[in-house]
Amino acid sequence: MGSPSATASDIRLGRGSRGGAAGRVRAWKLRLASGDAIAHLITLIFAASIFLVTVLLVFELYRSCALPRHKFGWNFFVTTVWDPVFENFGALPFIYGTVVTSALALLLAVPLGVGAAIFLAELAPPRISDALTFVIELLAAVPSVIFGVLGIFVLVPIMREHVEPFLKSTLGFLPLFQGQIFGVGFLTAGVVLALMIVPFILSVSREVLLAVPVDQREAALALGATRWESTWKVVVPYARAGIFGSIFLALARALGETMAVTMVIGNEPKISASLFSPGYSIAAIIANEFTEATSDLYVQALIELGLVLFILTFIINGLARLLILATTGRGTEHP
Amino acid sequence: MRHSRIWRKTVNNVMLGLTGVCAVATVSVLFFILGYLVYNGGRYLSWAFLTRLPVPVGETGGGMANAIVGSGKILLIAAALGLPVGFLGGVYLAEFGGRTFPFLVRYTADLLNGVPSIVMGIFAYAVVVKPMRSFSALAGGFALGVMLVPIVLRSTEEFLRAVPTSLREGALALGAKKWRSIATVVIPAAYKGIATGILLSLARVAGETAPLIFTSFGNPYWSRGFNEPTSSLPVMIYTYALSAYDDWHRQAWAAGLVLLAFVLVANVGAKLILSRGMSSARG
Amino acid sequence: MKRNTLSLRLFLGVTLAALVAGLTLQPKPSLTAPAPSPDRLQITGAGATFPYPIYSKWFDAFHKAHPEIEFNYQSIGSGGGIQQLKSGTVDFGASDMPLPDKLLETFPFRIIQVPTVLGAVMPTYNIPGVTAELKFTPEALAGIYLGKITKWNDPEITKPNPGVRFPDNDIVVVHRSEGSGTTFVWTDYLSKVSEEWKNNVGSNTSVNWPVGLGGKGNEGVSGTVKNTPYSIGYVELIYAVQNHMTYGEVKNSSGRFIKASLATVAAAAAAAADEIQKDVRVSITNSPGRDAYPICSFTYLLIPEKISDAGKRKAITDFLHWMLTSGQGMVEALDYGRLPKAVVTINTEHISKIS
Repeated sequence: MGSPSATASDIRLGRGSRGGAAGRVRAWKLRLASGDAIAHLITLIFAASIFLVTVLLVFELYRSCALPRHKFGWNFFVTTVWDPVFENFGALPFIYGTVVTSALALLLAVPLGVGAAIFLAELAPPRISDALTFVIELLAAVPSVIFGVLGIFVLVPIMREHVEPFLKSTLGFLPLFQGQIFGVGFLTAGVVLALMIVPFILSVSREVLLAVPVDQREAALALGATRWESTWKVVVPYARAGIFGSIFLALARALGETMAVTMVIGNEPKISASLFSPGYSIAAIIANEFTEATSDLYVQALIELGLVLFILTFIINGLARLLILATTGRGTEHP
Repeated sequence: MRHSRIWRKTVNNVMLGLTGVCAVATVSVLFFILGYLVYNGGRYLSWAFLTRLPVPVGETGGGMANAIVGSGKILLIAAALGLPVGFLGGVYLAEFGGRTFPFLVRYTADLLNGVPSIVMGIFAYAVVVKPMRSFSALAGGFALGVMLVPIVLRSTEEFLRAVPTSLREGALALGAKKWRSIATVVIPAAYKGIATGILLSLARVAGETAPLIFTSFGNPYWSRGFNEPTSSLPVMIYTYALSAYDDWHRQAWAAGLVLLAFVLVANVGAKLILSRGMSSARG
Repeated sequence: MKRNTLSLRLFLGVTLAALVAGLTLQPKPSLTAPAPSPDRLQITGAGATFPYPIYSKWFDAFHKAHPEIEFNYQSIGSGGGIQQLKSGTVDFGASDMPLPDKLLETFPFRIIQVPTVLGAVMPTYNIPGVTAELKFTPEALAGIYLGKITKWNDPEITKPNPGVRFPDNDIVVVHRSEGSGTTFVWTDYLSKVSEEWKNNVGSNTSVNWPVGLGGKGNEGVSGTVKNTPYSIGYVELIYAVQNHMTYGEVKNSSGRFIKASLATVAAAAAAAADEIQKDVRVSITNSPGRDAYPICSFTYLLIPEKISDAGKRKAITDFLHWMLTSGQGMVEALDYGRLPKAVVTINTEHISKIS
């Protein structure tokens, strides 16, 4: 039946056996006879496959955009033209659109999400807080295509007929709110994205706020602070890192969001200061043009855009993980 | 600079009131979506709608039976591909493993999670559709399966870690091998959490549209097996909603309602399962 | 603990049962289309959105006559049809744009191009308060799409339309966001009537538009125009008719303002009869002829010359022959133009090349 299994070194998780290289090999061969090593091996293989698939993904993306990389080089990132006829492709309008809509989404979602989180963590009675959080987290599960469809049929007319004209008449001195009103455009896409990412911000922020020790609050209150002051000036700063982490996570989600944005952004590869103007995001143009790109350079330019987006989310995800790790000491549990 | 008590009190009430407004606003969005779909799609939902095939453009009375079944097929493949990898990978991370390799695995899983769904579609197109020279449910399932992995991995690992070491050591003290103790003691103890993680991940990918557009494509008829282009709910909603025909719009609402219902039921179910016997710690 | 596991098992069991039921229960023949027979053959195609209404009707009618054959056609746009055919992921393609030799050379196999129906592309607009049928000159259309003409009360637009009160509003231009043969026809026409367009923008299924919003498919453009006041877009005849949209007349090369209709489209095809004999890919935009509508074209099915699968080959050739005979009888009801006799003959010749 093999070697005795209930030794200390076996119980300790993840430790190789003592001794030199030869000793290790011998011990490994011995353990192979037992089921443990097989289990270890099998699960390791599956875990490794995750790593391998990701590497394959990046490699495949990189390899498949060789043509535009060689033809345009770094110019790809600063060209504003997207011309399939004369085969001149530039990523700037899409990077601009992706960044603008995501930034807008954050601008709207962060106050909403953090505000609601404060309410749910500090003010609401536990059962109501749990129930409302339950409902809001369901919002995160709504498929993006449904957001997009509702965006077209409900939000766009509202934006076109009420919100945008109102903004134009009150804040029209800002270049942001000038220009022709279409209903679709950066602003509408930003609003839809905001609604989609609010649950993430809210969920994580609420958790980190709840994790703040009671003493902090009580100390502030004991010193005469109002409820709001103790929350805003003591509790929130304490949970600041986690909240920022949630913002990064939400941002990463917003950057890659495809369907909802495609339907309401207007599909115009143009850079414009006006938020009313139609624009384009990286994910949206890939969705629209990938199966239809007629030349190899065209297809690969789209893939290069995909790679750019991937790298962006890569960086932001890394930053987010670091931040959340710094506060809670472990990862968060969100889909 | 001293603020008067009244001022501070006012600020207090206003700000706290605003946070309440934020919470209510966010909650109402979900109810609005649900209400809108129920109102517009509910009327069109009928047994015939659920069991018929689509009819030619311009004619009325079509259904989406093949889209429901197609989505089911694609999900099945996704589950078959993604669940074992995610689950066993999670077991590895929680029970075995050292320092660097698990860190690598976790980080790449996070990366995978952050990959925009459209890029996943391109990947699946390059890796499955082109070599096979055919759009297929398999390709769609592959794309969704890869998306499943990070979610399942993370939740499996977390729930396994949450199992007290005392349970593990108890099993080992009784003479069980490590793998045995994992299989018969630890995993069952974390069973609920893992199952909910799986359920949530399936609900999440069931609603994805972008990866399916250039992998499983579409099909007005039934698709045989897994190698043919397959209709799916999200793609159908997308196509019909953007069309110019009112009849197709109505069908899109109804399909949206079906999809949303499935997703919500799965999520609610998962949370209910999880919350029984697990109280949330309050600070 | 017992209650919890019981409810958990119940929940999982129900979900699993539903999944299995959904997958295994096949619908009874009486509820849906005839049950697939053992010899069932499915042929996949992709491409143009313009002919989608007539293609889906044709495929459905053909399927009713031959229950074992299913044509799965996805309208993703002409560019998509070309690309997927080239990649070999579909059995046939469909495109409003005929493939020039340069593009044919990039294909790893030979294809035949089969004109199927005639269609017209018209300017459609949504100007609150204006219900009349507007007359557009080529200069007006080119100017609008170039972004040179920005307001509805521009003289180029108002001159041919005395008696219509135009507002001072900005024109919202709408075009296709994805690769499309409809765009090709529209830009092909604009290239013929405007040097500036030809040199700066060109004609293709997808171009670098100087101005405007993008809509996905004919559906997207017509939908956007319908929902956006003061907008103008270009759509195929059938989409405008099905959506009860107002569309305008266009001045043809003989100087007359012509409204798109089956008769004027046929006139355009007739005027180009000789050229068509030489090459079915001839462009019939801005065709000579008194009654010719200037913005129309054929739409093509792209079929590989060599089809190795015998079943598919027979199904496709059978369909094509059916399409040229019975199929043509269905097109006018949906506002498409029938193929001229000469084209039918040429097509039959080409189809015989499929082996």
